[in-house]
Amino acid sequence: MPFGLLKYGLRQQYPAQHQFTPSKKLKKHYDVVIIGAGGHGTSIAYNLAKYHGITDIAIIDKSYLGGGNTARNTAVIRSNYLTAEGVAFYRESVRLYQGLSNEFDFNIMMENRGQLTLAHSDAAIRSFRWRAEVNQHLGVRSELVDRKTIRELVPNLRLSEDARYPVLAGLWHKDGATARHDAVVWGYARGACQRGVELHQLTEAQGIEIEQGRAVGVRTNRGRISCGAVVQAVAGASSMVAKMAGLQLPIQSFPLQAMVTQPYKPLLDPHVSSPHVHVYVHQTSRGEFVIGGGSDPYPLYHSRATLDQKEKLAGSVLELFPFLAQARVLRQWAGTTDMTPDYSPIMGLSAVKNYFLDAGWGTWGFKATPICGKTMAELIATGRVPKLIQPFSLERFYRFEQVNEAGATAASH
Amino acid sequence: MKQLRCPLNGLRNISEFIYGGEYHDVPDYRSCSSRDWSEHVFFAETKAGWVIEWWCHLPTSYWFLVERNTVSDEIRRSFPSSDLYQERVDFSRALAREKQSE
Ligand SMILES: Cc1cc2nc3c(=O)[nH]c(=O)nc-3n(C[C@H](O)[C@H](O)[C@H](O)COP(=O)(O)OP(=O)(O)OC[C@H]3O[C@@H](n4cnc5c(N)ncnc54)[C@H](O)[C@@H]3O)c2cc1C
Repeated sequence: MPFGLLKYGLRQQYPAQHQFTPSKKLKKHYDVVIIGAGGHGTSIAYNLAKYHGITDIAIIDKSYLGGGNTARNTAVIRSNYLTAEGVAFYRESVRLYQGLSNEFDFNIMMENRGQLTLAHSDAAIRSFRWRAEVNQHLGVRSELVDRKTIRELVPNLRLSEDARYPVLAGLWHKDGATARHDAVVWGYARGACQRGVELHQLTEAQGIEIEQGRAVGVRTNRGRISCGAVVQAVAGASSMVAKMAGLQLPIQSFPLQAMVTQPYKPLLDPHVSSPHVHVYVHQTSRGEFVIGGGSDPYPLYHSRATLDQKEKLAGSVLELFPFLAQARVLRQWAGTTDMTPDYSPIMGLSAVKNYFLDAGWGTWGFKATPICGKTMAELIATGRVPKLIQPFSLERFYRFEQVNEAGATAASH
Repeated sequence: MKQLRCPLNGLRNISEFIYGGEYHDVPDYRSCSSRDWSEHVFFAETKAGWVIEWWCHLPTSYWFLVERNTVSDEIRRSFPSSDLYQERVDFSRALAREKQSE
């Protein structure tokens, strides 16, 4: 167990800490090039370096560390999905998150606040019952709760019978949590760089070199790099980067918007989500209300925020928490999300040898950051696809074996 | 609010429309492989730049095509599907054949 916090507490002075140094010179060759320095790319590098002894790695990013969707997400961590494949996968990620501060010796501000999803229709209650059964069977804490329990969990929630969509029941997921998203990517990047991995910001992948069906190099704005393997972990840019390797993906990229209020005194503990009125909200430990759930209605490569979505999110959240009418919105933003037809990721091998895919994370990929790094690193190091991610191969679309999580992802987190 | 010109109904608020996916050539269902068909159903180019895509005006259920830029969100033109399709795809014959072989 690391004692970083204890040591910190006993100190007399607190000089600014330098976490790690981005690398200066791009070498001509690396064993592995990872495109995208978000949570996923850094987590893959960290796991390769720490658990597989592969350290000759360059993580390249066209922008800066953790500036993509890792910086833009609303940090909801949960495992109450619907399919057995999905639940098993996300459950392992939630477990890894629980130990991540210790693993890093760096506080990721994990908060086990629990997640409450609301049913406003009989159909939703039926699907919650189904999810609760699947979840419990796989050891995930998830149960159908009535209005009385909801009142106890969230006393400020509007439970009036004459609301437009009265709340009928809920799915209570005790394992639901949030964490500081930036801390997660910093922790992984620091741990990777300490073990010899190089982080190259402002380095854009512009082409993938393929010889005899095998990825052998990456062309960047800073020159060519030859390498033994390439991993793409670029979220919203997945289709564009895959195209450089001659691959087409079942992905369309939509902006997803969220907003946050000024900080207020603490009055909401769990994360509350309503797929029906299409909004979710939680209060951070700093007191801000984070409000999300607004996917744009058509694809776009842009991170602008719109008045349409602000109105929609505000209108929806007031249905649940009318007192928020007094709150002031501090900030609104968007990220480009790489949406798959079945709301499950695309992970693993591609038609190009030594070219690995980590894509299709849509609106739900932050929670998968630890398990994604672990499984993708295992795949790259051993060449074998770990069982946990076999259902998420690109090939599933050719076999019509989608892993349908659309229902369990309806409010986009 | 952003507006879109519908070839049938004229300029309307974008909230009256639903996006229906990128336009691409439909493989011939009589001869294409199951792989080709799954690509047609699930895969997309998701290009950054000018694309042609399907849109539907919901109140009138009218499907048409739009040329739009997926980076700048500019709309260049919208046009009826009859500009691209003259022939009606007849699925009933294929269905009948499937029934026979069952
Ligand atoms: C508003 C919003 C809310 C969300 N809420 C949640 C949530 O509550 N819970 C949840 O689990 N998920 C959520 N998500 C989804 C989640 O944010 C993403 O799935 C996840 O962060 C993806 O991580 P990543 O590391 O793969 O991608 P990113 O963090 O986006 O990193 C990809 C990196 O690739 C770089 N890149 C792109 N193209 C190139 C190139 N050609 N060359 C080099 N580098 C390139 C980018 O600059 C970027 O830094 C949300 C997303 C958004 C937008």
